[in-house]
Amino acid sequence: MTPPAYLDHAATTPMSPAAVAAYTEQLAIAGNPSSLHTAGRAARRVVEEARESIAASLGARPSEVVLTAGGTEADNLAIKGLFWARRTGHPERTRVLVSAVEHHAVLDPAFWLAEHAGAEIVLLPVDATGRLDLDALGAELAAHAEETALVSVMWANNEIGTVQPVADVVRLAHAHGVPVHCDAVQAAGILPVDFGASGLDAMTVTAHKLGGPVGVGALVVGRTVDLVPVLHGGGQERGVRSGTLDAAGARAFAVALAEVVAARDVEAARLAALRDELVTGVLARVPDATLRGPALDARTDDGGVARLPGNAHLTFDGCEGDSLLYLLDSAGVEASTGSACQAGVPQPSHVLLALGLTEHEARGALRFSFGATSTSADVARVLDVLPGVVERARAAGLASPARRSVPTGPAAVGGAA
Amino acid sequence: MRVLAAMSGGVDSALAAALALEAGHEVVGVHMALARERAQMRTGSRGCCSIEDAGDARRAADVLGIPYYVWDLSETFEETVVADFLAEYAAGRTPNPCVRCNEHVKFDTLLDKATALGFDAVATGHYARIVETDGRRELHRSPNTDKDQSYVLAVMGSERLARSIFPLGGFTSKADVRAEAARRGLGVSTKPDSYDICFVADGDTQGFLRSRLGSQPGEILDESGQVVGEHDGAYAYTVGQRRGLHLGRPAPDGRPRYVLEVRTGTNQVIVGAAELLTVDRVTGDGTVWLADDVDASGGIEAEVQVRAHGAPVPAVVTRTGTGLVADLTGTRLRGVAAGQSLVVYRGTRVLGQATVTSAGRRAASAGATSAVGIGR
Repeated sequence: MTPPAYLDHAATTPMSPAAVAAYTEQLAIAGNPSSLHTAGRAARRVVEEARESIAASLGARPSEVVLTAGGTEADNLAIKGLFWARRTGHPERTRVLVSAVEHHAVLDPAFWLAEHAGAEIVLLPVDATGRLDLDALGAELAAHAEETALVSVMWANNEIGTVQPVADVVRLAHAHGVPVHCDAVQAAGILPVDFGASGLDAMTVTAHKLGGPVGVGALVVGRTVDLVPVLHGGGQERGVRSGTLDAAGARAFAVALAEVVAARDVEAARLAALRDELVTGVLARVPDATLRGPALDARTDDGGVARLPGNAHLTFDGCEGDSLLYLLDSAGVEASTGSACQAGVPQPSHVLLALGLTEHEARGALRFSFGATSTSADVARVLDVLPGVVERARAAGLASPARRSVPTGPAAVGGAA
Repeated sequence: MRVLAAMSGGVDSALAAALALEAGHEVVGVHMALARERAQMRTGSRGCCSIEDAGDARRAADVLGIPYYVWDLSETFEETVVADFLAEYAAGRTPNPCVRCNEHVKFDTLLDKATALGFDAVATGHYARIVETDGRRELHRSPNTDKDQSYVLAVMGSERLARSIFPLGGFTSKADVRAEAARRGLGVSTKPDSYDICFVADGDTQGFLRSRLGSQPGEILDESGQVVGEHDGAYAYTVGQRRGLHLGRPAPDGRPRYVLEVRTGTNQVIVGAAELLTVDRVTGDGTVWLADDVDASGGIEAEVQVRAHGAPVPAVVTRTGTGLVADLTGTRLRGVAAGQSLVVYRGTRVLGQATVTSAGRRAASAGATSAVGIGR
């Protein structure tokens, strides 16, 4: 059997051979970068060269790169660290403004602060394509500038690929003196992500979404931005992120990031072409399939793409996402529903609900995400099997509990958005 | 065949999946998420459906190298099992939630969804045998009499039986099941058995009922109508129950008293001596008949069982439309409550089942059931 078509690069990417080589070579070399002896200095040098490379790839200064164990940790550090720092001496700054389509790594620390630290969470609405409502953000800031601790809006959405107007967010927030964090995990390496030019105060990136290893990421933090640490210990990383530095992870991260940034524009065009071929093909072959998120050719105000090039997100009326996944997997296609699971139980995506979809519509979601290893053979495989898969999943949907039970509200009623 | 293995996270269903795989089937594991509130990590013998159980099921699937999915059937479970459980107790009956779960969740929603997705059968870790005879599929007791679950499976009916397999059907001891699971490297081989009702996490059924149905204080009467105690909700009592009555006045003869009847209309519980619980006629409704080759419309000699681990007793069983009447011909039964399952056996074979609607004594007055019965 031919190997499966891996179309879940938004979940994690295969490591690039160069990153694997750098990673494994470094893993074999002992040395704590904080040690003062020769081995320690050698490791320190690897980390600092990696930091410089990462900074250069992201338009940041080396001192602005705080290495972490990944995107979730970086998001937690940004949300909690900025909140606590901003409240120091200013107890009135309780409001945390986040878009309703943020990743759980941003939403959950924010809600944790609401439960345990007196924060007030404001979920900023998005339009039907998932794009932030800037007027709503502006109004919140104008009405409550003094009480606002921070704003966090992602660069691009992990489920539906929507690129957010980060520059506008920064402009609005900074007009009120409010710092902005941005989760750029999905965007780095495929969109022109430039920390310095963005004006952001903090930005999250992670290695394993761009060909690097799992377990290393960074929070890029402006030099003048105060951050209260989440992890306390040896005082590494400007004292805001204690923990022995991961020389191998940092080096592999830097290698992978430099690779994708060098190939970025060509690769973005290639992935967009594959994605367009897939979406157009699916919409032509499968009745009641709906593309979610921005249109394929949509552009932002500054002329950039409005959708992540490798992202295709579709809903299939009357299907359950987990049935689609199972049937695709047995047909050699690895995709995702795009939304988080709770103990393995698929939950209706908060992102799709924020777009205005009903729970019923949100159930039948599939995300295909392209990356470095994707080819047109992958697209052909999907187009070959998907019509039969959807037909079968639809039949199973009729047997599923949600369809059997007595309709209790709009969620039980079908219909396109 | 393409087989969906229902994997609870316990040793039985894990080994059942392994055996289905070794029998040459293409197997996919599915864990049913049944509880609404899943943020609990339980250990020990209580219940199922915890995060720990889902993880154990996933790990077993990993060891077997089969795909694994979690299906959220909590809506169906809440509607057909938990709500039914509460409604039945509220109506003074004694439901068996495992029977309802098999009827509505495992061998209905799960089975139908599996069939629609292209599976030929669902495999579970139940202890019961399916025997093929003359092109018929018969449901039989497990040779492991301690673990036999044919009683709670009888409700599934012939058509669903044809799409089910019970790979543990031939096992005579749980120790063998554990040993076989251990031999295959399944970590759940040493996991404790679960006994209690899975959605009553602490095993306190009365407490669960009180929390969901509220406090409804009322009187406890003896069979002469004299008030002998108070209760906090008639729904929490079951015919045949002896413990937890907290009667203020001892019986005149000093002998223990049992719940004879639960009158939800007047919120009264009637208690009396043990012999008043004895019945020789049990009537049921909602019959599911698995034995198309056995015509019971004119009455047949068989055995009936009214509890999951009760002993079968001989009876003449007569089908009357959707109803079923069992006239006990030998040992009488004690404390039969409406809502229980009445399962008809002939030897090890399950012939059919019905839900008990009443029980009493047929000799009391010209063929009618006596007033001491549990008729509503």
